[in-house]
Amino acid sequence: MTHDSGGASGIEVRGVTRRFGDFVALDDVDLDVRPGGLTALLGPSGGGKSTLLRIIAGLDYPDAGTVRIAGRDATFLPPQRRSVGFVFQHYAAFKHLTTARNVAFGLEIRRRPRDEVRARVAELLRLVHLEQFADRLPSQLSGGQRQRMALARALAVQPEVLLLDEPFGALDAQVRKELRDWLRRLHDEVHVTTLFVTHDQEEALEVADEIVVINQGRIEQVGSPGELYDRPANPFVMAFLGPTTVLGGELVRPHDVEVLTDARAGAHEARVTKLLRIGHEVRAETRAADGSTPWVQLNRVQVDELGLVEGGTVWLRALVPSPVAGVAAPAPVPA
Amino acid sequence: MTDTLARPAAPAPQPAPPARVRRARRRTGPVAWVLRVVALLYVLGLVALPVASVVQHTFADGLAPVLEVLTSEDFLAAARLTAQVAGIAVVLNTVFGVGMGILLVRYRFPGRRLLSAVIDLPVSISPVVVGVALILVYGTTGWFGPALQDAGVRVIFSVPGMVMATVLVSLPLVLREIVPTLEEAGIEQEQAAQSLGANAWQRFWRVTLPTIRWAVAYGVVLSLARSLGEFGAVRVVSGSVAGESQTLTLFVNDSYQEFGPDAQRAAFAAAFVLMAVAVVLIVVIAALRPREETS
Repeated sequence: MTHDSGGASGIEVRGVTRRFGDFVALDDVDLDVRPGGLTALLGPSGGGKSTLLRIIAGLDYPDAGTVRIAGRDATFLPPQRRSVGFVFQHYAAFKHLTTARNVAFGLEIRRRPRDEVRARVAELLRLVHLEQFADRLPSQLSGGQRQRMALARALAVQPEVLLLDEPFGALDAQVRKELRDWLRRLHDEVHVTTLFVTHDQEEALEVADEIVVINQGRIEQVGSPGELYDRPANPFVMAFLGPTTVLGGELVRPHDVEVLTDARAGAHEARVTKLLRIGHEVRAETRAADGSTPWVQLNRVQVDELGLVEGGTVWLRALVPSPVAGVAAPAPVPA
Repeated sequence: MTDTLARPAAPAPQPAPPARVRRARRRTGPVAWVLRVVALLYVLGLVALPVASVVQHTFADGLAPVLEVLTSEDFLAAARLTAQVAGIAVVLNTVFGVGMGILLVRYRFPGRRLLSAVIDLPVSISPVVVGVALILVYGTTGWFGPALQDAGVRVIFSVPGMVMATVLVSLPLVLREIVPTLEEAGIEQEQAAQSLGANAWQRFWRVTLPTIRWAVAYGVVLSLARSLGEFGAVRVVSGSVAGESQTLTLFVNDSYQEFGPDAQRAAFAAAFVLMAVAVVLIVVIAALRPREETS
């Protein structure tokens, strides 16, 4: 992976290591973020993704390794000279300034002419749909509005890269979904290289055009959402990106399991122990002859057609071969 | 999409809470009544009655004698000195309060907890001890005494000593306001400012200071009140020479201990002035409080 990512406005991370006492937060990490892309850093809490983002922003420093932003060595640059926009999970709004003054902050620091500042702020507030809130204080805005203000503030100084640290983590589910769509469309408009941290696989799959899975201080896999979902490099990535279950010793997706009412080649016999209805989905939990407990994701129509009942016997067969064949990882309990 | 972004969905209508719950919460029980009476008696006995009696004694013979005291040489000198000492102390308190507050909250260094404890020390030990300690260090026979004397600087029995004593006892009041506010505000606003291009000075001036401004104002007013009223430490280091090194509190004390109705009247008049200033400061503090909470 040595394409043009160190060029125009990409980020190039080489051999970055960061320790906190005995804990290794990042272990010799290499990463290329391509210019103009919308990349997600996905991983479990404590996996090192936020630390990596903060090191790129200059809010933390690596014990070893280098960071290049837009082709420039930024490893030892202070944050204010990196041309990086940073959006915090908890907004970090300047509480004493109005929405417009918050957005204008970076421009005022740069001593831009007053007319230019006013025009740019108006343009950005339009972009984030906050025109009518220009004179409000952050305390008078909702969480989603504050976060959009923070985004406009970061974009105002036209940074080379935009970094977002769990940007929607503090918002409720409804607003979070809206802002995801909105971020996607905003990125289509402004095309700034964007790297955002999330622990929510759905968010990463939905928003990003490239996902970097990071766990225990190491990068597990980099690829497009489709690639990662269909061809995970290892059981961890597979389990982290979506539901999994173990069928006949293989890790498979529970929606890629065929339910049969009679014995056929390659099918495993199992007894239905529970039918759990979750909205449009029905989750069939079973117990196989080998003692394992595979579960299958179905819908109501399928359950009716198959005539499934709790206590009945079925035969289960994987529709697609396991992408991580031969690795019998314990499947995580479905949330 | 735009409208849903701008406006959160209307909340579902809430069912009214059962009336029984509301009544149970509102009722004032016998315990609350007892507490109210105790609080009232306490305030009456310890605050209202003494204050009223000072006012009564001050104006017992009408306004003329009071005015006479307030225009006397010694009173004016004491008032000037108090203003001078308190004024310098407040400026020092503001500068050191903000500086040390930021140092204590934003930086991790060896001895930080010790420093934090030492700063509170003058509040917990008697001001008289603070005064004596200052004499032991800066007096003519103290550690730095001879050196200061050679340099021609007089600290003890002079304004610098009185300012030092006042700052020592009032600085913690400023810090105690600033430190929690800084801790609560966290560091993210400053980091955001930094990523937006602000250098250290710009971050302090545009983000940190506005964040703590009401805490600073509140702490400074408190420390001003404390500075004006400081007695013990100043008494020890000043020598209390009338017209020369006598602050208003010392003026009250010394006048009261003299014989004769004139001296007594002077004590009451000066006490009344101190009290009036304190009341004004309390009003200012009360006005600052709610603003601080909403900021």
